[in-house]
Amino acid sequence: MAFTPENLARAREVVARYPRPKSAILPLAHLAQDQDGWLTRDAMAEIAQLTGVTAADVLGTCSFYTMFKRDPVGRLVVSVCTNATCLVTGGPEVLEHLEHRYADDPEVTVEEVECIAACGGAPAMQVNYEFHEKLTPDTAAEVVEAYRRGELEARTVSGSRR
Amino acid sequence: MADVGETRIITRRMHERPDDSWTIEASLGSGGYDGLRKALTMTGEQIGQEQVKASGLRGRGGAGFPTATKWSFLPKGVYPRYLVVNADEGEPSTFKDRMLIERDPHQLIEGIVIAAFAIGCNLAFVYVRGEFALGYDRLRQAVDDARAKGFLGTDILGSGFDLDIVLHRGAGAYICGEETGLLESLEGERGMPRIRPPFPAIEGLYAKPTVVNNVETLATLPHIILMGGEEYAKLGVGRSTGTRLFSLSGHVNRPGNYEVELGNTFRDLIFSPQLGGGIRNGGSVKFFIPGGASSQWLTGSDEHLDAPLDMDAVSALGVMLGSGAVMVYDETTSPALVAWRLAKFFAHESCGKCTPCREGTGWLEKVLYRLSHGLGRPEDLDLLLDVGDNISPGLNAPFSQTTICPLGPSAVSAVVSLNKYFRDEVLAGIAAAEVPA
Amino acid sequence: MTTTEGTPPQTVTVTIDGREIHAQPGALVIKVAEDNGIYIPRFCWHERMKPVGMCRMCLVQIEGAKGLPPACTTPVTDGMVVETRNPAVKKVQDGVLEFLLINHPLDCPVCDRGGECPLQDQTLAFGPGESRFVEEKRHFEKPVPISELVLLDRERCIQCGRCTRFADEIAGDPLIDFGERGGEMQVITYPDEPFRSYFSGNTVQICPVGALTSKPYRFKARPWDLASVETTCVNCAVGCRGALQSSTNRLVRLLGVDSEPVNHGWLCDKGRYGFEYVHAPDRVRNPMVRKEGELVETSWPEALDAAADGLRRALDLHGPEAVGVIGGARGTNEDAYVWARFAKGVLRTDNVDCQLGDGIPADVILGAPRATIADCDRAAAVIVLAPDLKEELPVLFLRIKRAAVDLGVPLIDVAPRAHGLSRYATALVRHAPGEAANAARKLANALTGSVTGDKAIDEAAAVVRDRAGDVVVVLGRPSLAESPQSIVDAAAALLGAPNVRFLSALRRGNVHGALDLGLAPGFLPGRVALDDGRDWFVSAWGGAPARRGLDALGMLDAARSGRLHALVLLGADPVGDFPDRSLARQAVAGAGFTIAVGSFLNDSTRHADVFLPVSLWGEKLGTYTNLEGRVQRAGQKVSPEGTTMPDWRVAVELAARFDDDFDLESAEEVQDEMARLAAAHAGVDASLIVRARDGVVLPLAEHRDELVLSPRRIPVTDASWEPIIPGSIPDEGLTATRLTDVLEATGTGATTTVKPAVEPVGDEIDEAAVVEQAVSDAQDLTAAAPDMYRWTPAPDGHAVPPRDAYALRLVAARKLYDKGDMVVRSPSIAALATAPILLVNPADRDRIGVRDGDDVRATTNRGSLVLELRGDATTAAGLAFLAFTQSGPGPADLIDATAAVTDLRVETLK
Ligand SMILES: Cc1cc2nc3c(=O)[nH]c(=O)nc-3n(C[C@H](O)[C@H](O)[C@H](O)COP(=O)(O)O)c2cc1C
Ligand code: SF4
Ligand code: FES
Repeated sequence: MAFTPENLARAREVVARYPRPKSAILPLAHLAQDQDGWLTRDAMAEIAQLTGVTAADVLGTCSFYTMFKRDPVGRLVVSVCTNATCLVTGGPEVLEHLEHRYADDPEVTVEEVECIAACGGAPAMQVNYEFHEKLTPDTAAEVVEAYRRGELEARTVSGSRR
Repeated sequence: MADVGETRIITRRMHERPDDSWTIEASLGSGGYDGLRKALTMTGEQIGQEQVKASGLRGRGGAGFPTATKWSFLPKGVYPRYLVVNADEGEPSTFKDRMLIERDPHQLIEGIVIAAFAIGCNLAFVYVRGEFALGYDRLRQAVDDARAKGFLGTDILGSGFDLDIVLHRGAGAYICGEETGLLESLEGERGMPRIRPPFPAIEGLYAKPTVVNNVETLATLPHIILMGGEEYAKLGVGRSTGTRLFSLSGHVNRPGNYEVELGNTFRDLIFSPQLGGGIRNGGSVKFFIPGGASSQWLTGSDEHLDAPLDMDAVSALGVMLGSGAVMVYDETTSPALVAWRLAKFFAHESCGKCTPCREGTGWLEKVLYRLSHGLGRPEDLDLLLDVGDNISPGLNAPFSQTTICPLGPSAVSAVVSLNKYFRDEVLAGIAAAEVPA
Repeated sequence: MTTTEGTPPQTVTVTIDGREIHAQPGALVIKVAEDNGIYIPRFCWHERMKPVGMCRMCLVQIEGAKGLPPACTTPVTDGMVVETRNPAVKKVQDGVLEFLLINHPLDCPVCDRGGECPLQDQTLAFGPGESRFVEEKRHFEKPVPISELVLLDRERCIQCGRCTRFADEIAGDPLIDFGERGGEMQVITYPDEPFRSYFSGNTVQICPVGALTSKPYRFKARPWDLASVETTCVNCAVGCRGALQSSTNRLVRLLGVDSEPVNHGWLCDKGRYGFEYVHAPDRVRNPMVRKEGELVETSWPEALDAAADGLRRALDLHGPEAVGVIGGARGTNEDAYVWARFAKGVLRTDNVDCQLGDGIPADVILGAPRATIADCDRAAAVIVLAPDLKEELPVLFLRIKRAAVDLGVPLIDVAPRAHGLSRYATALVRHAPGEAANAARKLANALTGSVTGDKAIDEAAAVVRDRAGDVVVVLGRPSLAESPQSIVDAAAALLGAPNVRFLSALRRGNVHGALDLGLAPGFLPGRVALDDGRDWFVSAWGGAPARRGLDALGMLDAARSGRLHALVLLGADPVGDFPDRSLARQAVAGAGFTIAVGSFLNDSTRHADVFLPVSLWGEKLGTYTNLEGRVQRAGQKVSPEGTTMPDWRVAVELAARFDDDFDLESAEEVQDEMARLAAAHAGVDASLIVRARDGVVLPLAEHRDELVLSPRRIPVTDASWEPIIPGSIPDEGLTATRLTDVLEATGTGATTTVKPAVEPVGDEIDEAAVVEQAVSDAQDLTAAAPDMYRWTPAPDGHAVPPRDAYALRLVAARKLYDKGDMVVRSPSIAALATAPILLVNPADRDRIGVRDGDDVRATTNRGSLVLELRGDATTAAGLAFLAFTQSGPGPADLIDATAAVTDLRVETLK
C-alpha cells in the first residue's frame, strides 16, 4: 500500500525541506512504516518517485538501516539490548525469555539490538522505541503485556507518536 | 580518593528542574538563551576565534578535535555552508547525548544558533539517532517553541541573522555517527564513510563547506559565551579544559551520567560516593573500558585507576577518553565474552565498504565466539592478533588503519586488550575446555 | 624540480619504488605508477570511473603520510616518495587478499572468470593452499538472473562496487545498487525491476571476478582457449573498439577496448551480444539462382554469370538509368569503394544509395563542417537535433552524457519529445514533427545574439555565448515519419550561427564510409560531387555516370512503376527498413531483375533472381568509417561460412564479366587504391591504417594532430576486467607479438599481480616520418584530385500542412532492439525487441476514450493497424509515438514517405 492522500501531502512537505530530494528517503521510509507497520515494496517504489531516484536506490539505502523492516513485523517491536553493559547485567536472559515467550505471537516481534544508550539502566529494551530499563525477564514481559492490554500507549513501529 | 562531586554546567538545569527541564518555560526561567543574546552582540569571528578558542573546547564526539580550529577550516567566502549536529550517539555504553536531548533540548538549540551564527550558516541539520523517539519529539517541540519565541527563523532576536533547523531521524546504523557516514546518510545514501580529503569543512553536505559537531560540544557553547572563554578554560587540566559528561555503566553501584571536571581520575569517577559509588557487592574492578567500545581497555591496577581524565594523558596508556563512556567490569566477568560481544557489534555495524573491516570484523567475531564458548584453539589468540594487524597495522592506539574510517580498527581494540591483560586466562580457559574428550 | 615562485608547476616529480617520475599534478598515484610500468594491484579502481578507495588492495606507503593510503585516491604531489612493494605494503596487501578470499567460493573450475581472474592468479602465488579461515563461508543462492543478459553470483562478489558505480555514473541507469550492510552487503536490484540497461554487459566485463556473468557467454569457452583480434563494432556508426574472441572457429565474445577518442572502453549490449547472426542457421551460405520460380543453390561461376547477364540485359535494353543499387551501409569501406567503382564506373549508373530513406541526404552529411566525438567534450555547447541517441547510437549517448554531466558542457535538446539525454539537458526545445527548422532558426538567431522571446532558447543561447569553442550539432532524423527535408532545413538554419559544426547521427554501421566512398546519388568516392569528379574518375576507372541519379525513394518509386529493370540489394532489406513499407513492397515486386548481395532471405531478398552470399563482420578484414569520419580496422577472427566471400570481391568478379579487370587482390590493395583516388582518403593507405592506433580521421591533412601511431611500446594487459588498451591485442599484419604476462612471486606468501609488461614491440617506427610521408602523399593527391564537396544550403521550399484537430501527428523512431535481420538472428538479444506500442499524451488518450493497454485502430492514407495504446506524459498533446521495428506491424505500415508528415486517426475498437 502506498501513501494515503494525507501522508502524501506530508511526504511532499518533507521532500521540500531538503536542498536535494534524495535526502528525504529516510524520513519518508519512517513515514511509510508509521502508516503501514513495515516498509512495503510499494512504499519504496513511491518514495523513489517522490525523490526522483530508482526503486533500487531506495532499497539500497533502506536496507542499510536496521529500523526499516522489509518484512511484516508485529504491532509491537521489542528491541532488547545485549551489548557490552547489558551483556553482564542480564540482557541476554531478558532476550531469551522474551524470544521464547513471544515466539509464536504475531503481535510481538522480539529482536536483539546493539546498545540503545540506556546503559545507566541496564539491562534495557525498547518497545516501539520507548525505553524500559532495569529489567528482569519477568518485569520485561510485564511491560510488553501492559502494551498489549493497552495500559501503555505504543508508538508506531518507527517510533512515532500516533 | 577525595569525595569528588559533579561540576554541573551543562547538566545544571536538568537537576534543578527535573520535572520540566525540557520545556521552553523551564529554559527561559533558568537563563536559557542568555548566551545567545550575548553572542549576537559579538561578531562570528569573536565567538569562534576568540571565545571558543580561548575556552580550549575540544569536540565531545570522540576525537577531541579543537572546535575553534575545526571552524577555522571553512573556506572564506564560500556559501551556503552547513552546520550538522551529530546526535547519532551509538558508541556502546554512551548515553550522554540522549540525556542532553531529552532533558534540555533548548540548551542544544541555543548552542546550535550560536555556532551557526559564528560560522555564518543559515541552515542547520540535526541528525538524531533513529531510536531516540522521545528525544526527537522533545527536540521537535523545542524547535517549534524556539521559533515562536524568535530564537530561530528569520532575523533572530532582531540581529538580522536567519537560521532554520531541519531535524533528521536516522534509522539504525552506528556508522552514521561517523561524520562522513552521517553526511552520506543525510543525503539519502547508505551511510558509508567518504574518502578524505576532501574534508567536510571544504566539501561536506551537498558538497558544500560543512561543520559537524557533537551534541555535547554545542550544548557547552552557551556557557562558554556566558562565562567567557578564558574563565571556562580555568576548569580542567592541560589541553583538556572544562567538564565532560561521563556515561558510567556496568558493575558500579551508581551507574549514570556524571558531569565531571577534567583532571579528576578514573578512581574518582568509579568510586566517589557522589559518582559511581564503588563496585557492586563490594567487589573490585577486573577491567574497565574507557572511551567507549572503540578504546582499548584498562585494568583495576592502581596505575590505571589513578590515571587522570585527561584526553592527552590517557593516550600514554594506549587508550582514549573517546565518547566519555566508562564500562566497568568486576571479577565475575569473562573478558573473552565481552571481547566477543564487542566484535559482534563491530561486525554488525561495519558499513561494508572496506575489505579489511567488512571481512575482518566478521572473522574476529567468529573466532572470538568459539573462544568465549568453549571451542577455542590455542592458536586462536595469535590468529586474532594477526588478523587485527591487517586491519590496524601495528595494533597501536591511536590507530593506524588499512580502512577508510576507524570503525574497523576499533574492533581490534578488544583483541589487543584481551591478549595484553588476559592471555593466560584465555589460554587456561581453552585448555580447560579441551579436557573432556 | 625548481619552479618559479607563485606559478603552479607544469609537472611534479615523484619517486616511486626508487624511480624518479615526472607526472601531471593531481594525477593519481596508481595511474602515474601504471603509466610508468609499475602495476599496483587493485580491484575497485577503474580508470574511467571516480575513485572510491573501497577494496583497499592498492594501499602503498608514502613518506610522511599517516598509515597506508590507497594509491587510487591519492594524487601525486611534488617530491612525493612512494613505496609500492616494501614489506609493510606487502603485508597489508596480502592481508586484503586473504580477507577477500575467506568468503570467496572455490568454484573456479566452473567460473567464467577462471583463467583471467585476479583473485585466482594471486591465490596461485599466495603460498600454502590452506586457509587460516576455518569458519563457515557466507552463502547465497547462486547465481540469480538480474536481467535477461546478466547473472549475479553474490558469493563470488568482492564488493568492489565497479558494477554499481558503472550503472550510476557512466550509464545513468542506477538499477543495481549495494543493499544490506557489512558482511551481508550485496549487489541488489529492486524486486521485479531487472537491471535492464543497454549497457549492462560492461558490468560483466569490468567485474574483476566471476560475480557477474553474461548469459550469452556463460560456459561458452575458457579464457585460455580464446583467440582474439582487435576490431571495430559495426552495429552502429559510433564504431566502438572491441576485442573479438573466438573459440573453435566460432565468435564467442566481444570485449570493449578503451579508445580515448571513441568509446572509452564501453560497448552497448546490442554491439556486445549482437554478433550471433554471423553463425545463424538460416544464413545463406552458398550462391543461389532462380530456376523455375525457385531460388536454388548453385556454383559461384554460374551465379555470377547469371547476375552479370541480368545486369547486361537491363543496360542494353534500357540504359544505365534503369539500373539501381540500394544498400552497402553495413559492409566495409573496401566493399563500398569497389561496389561504387562497379556501379558507377562499369555500369555507369548513379542510381546508387546506401541509405534507405531513413537518413539524411548525402549533400549535408558530406558537405557540412564536421565535428568529432571528442569535440563535444570541449564544445561551447552540444545541440542534439537527432533521434534518441540512447536507442540508436548508445555509446555516443554515453559520451555526450559525460560531456554534459561531468565536463559541464551545456546540452541543448531539440526534439519533438523527451528522450534519453533530455534529463541531462541544459535547455529543452520542443517542436512538432516536420517543424524542426523553425526551432533551429530561432536557436540560430539566439546564438547569433538576437532575443527570440522564447525563454528556453534565449537562456540556453546566453549560456553558450559565454563559452569559448565550437557549437557541435548532433544531426539526425528525430522521426522517420517526417520528410528529411525538415532536418536539411534545420541544418541550414544552424549553419548560419557562428562556429557551428556537425556530428552526424546516421546510424547504420558503415553508412559514413559508404557515403564517403560514393554509394550515394550525385557523389563519387572521396566526398566528391559527381560533376566535379567525373573527369578524374573517368580517367582512373574508364567511366562514370552521365548525370545525377535517384536516391532510394526515387529508385523504389521507379521500381514500383516498372522503370527500374535491374536492382541490386547490397545487404539491404527495403521492405524491412524503408519507412514506407507499402511503397517498398510494391517496388520489390515491381523491380526487374534483382540481385541480392547479402546473408539472409527476407521479405526483400526473397524476390531476388540471384542471391550472392557474402562474408560478414568477423569473417573478413577491412576498415569502417564511423560518424566522425574515423577510419578504423576490423579484424578477421573466423573463417567465412560456406563459400561466402567479401562484397568487394563479388564486385571484382562481376566487373570481370564486363571485361573490366579491377586488379584488386586484397583489402589492403583496395585501401591503397582509395588512398590514391578518393580525395577524402588521401594518404590513408594500408600502411598508415595498420599503424594508426585510434584510426584515422578523414581527411588526414586536417586531422594529422589527432593521429596516434601504434606505440612502439605497447602495454599489454590480458585481464579483460582491466581497461584494454588499443594496440595491445595482436593483429594480423601487425608486427606486435603478445607478451607473456609477468606473474611475479617473491618470497613467502607474496602479493603478486598480473602485471602489464611494457616492452618494445615490432620495429621502431619513426613516427614523425610516417606521418609526414602520409600527409605529403595526401597533399600531392589533393592538389591533383577534384575538390571535396562543400554544402551550400539551397533555399527552403518545405511546407508542413496543418494538422486537423482529430488527427495525431506521428513520431516514429527506432529502439535499440528492433526486429532487423541481425537482432532477430542473435538469440541472446532477440527477445528484447518488443512490439510497438502507440504512445500518446494522457489527455489525448482520455479524449479518445480508452485506457492504458487498450487496443486501438490507427489509420493513415497508407494503411491501418491495430495497436496497443498507452498514455505517456513525455509525448506532447497532438503527437503519437510509435517505435520503428523492421519486421512485424509498425509505423512503416502507416508512413507515407512522399509526404512532409504523417497524420493518423485513432479509433477505438468497437
Ligand atoms: C565509527 C564512529 C562512530 C562515531 N559516532 C559518533 C557519534 O555517535 N556521535 C558523535 O558525536 N560523534 C561520533 N563520532 C565522531 C564523529 O566522526 C565526529 O568526529 C564528531 O561528530 C565531531 O564532533 P565534535 O568535534 O564536536 O566532537 C564517531 C566516529 C566514528 C569513527
Ligand atoms: S572501516 Fe568499516 S565502517 Fe569504516 S568505512 Fe570501512 S567498512 Fe565502513
Ligand atoms: S582501494 Fe584503491 S583500487 Fe580499491
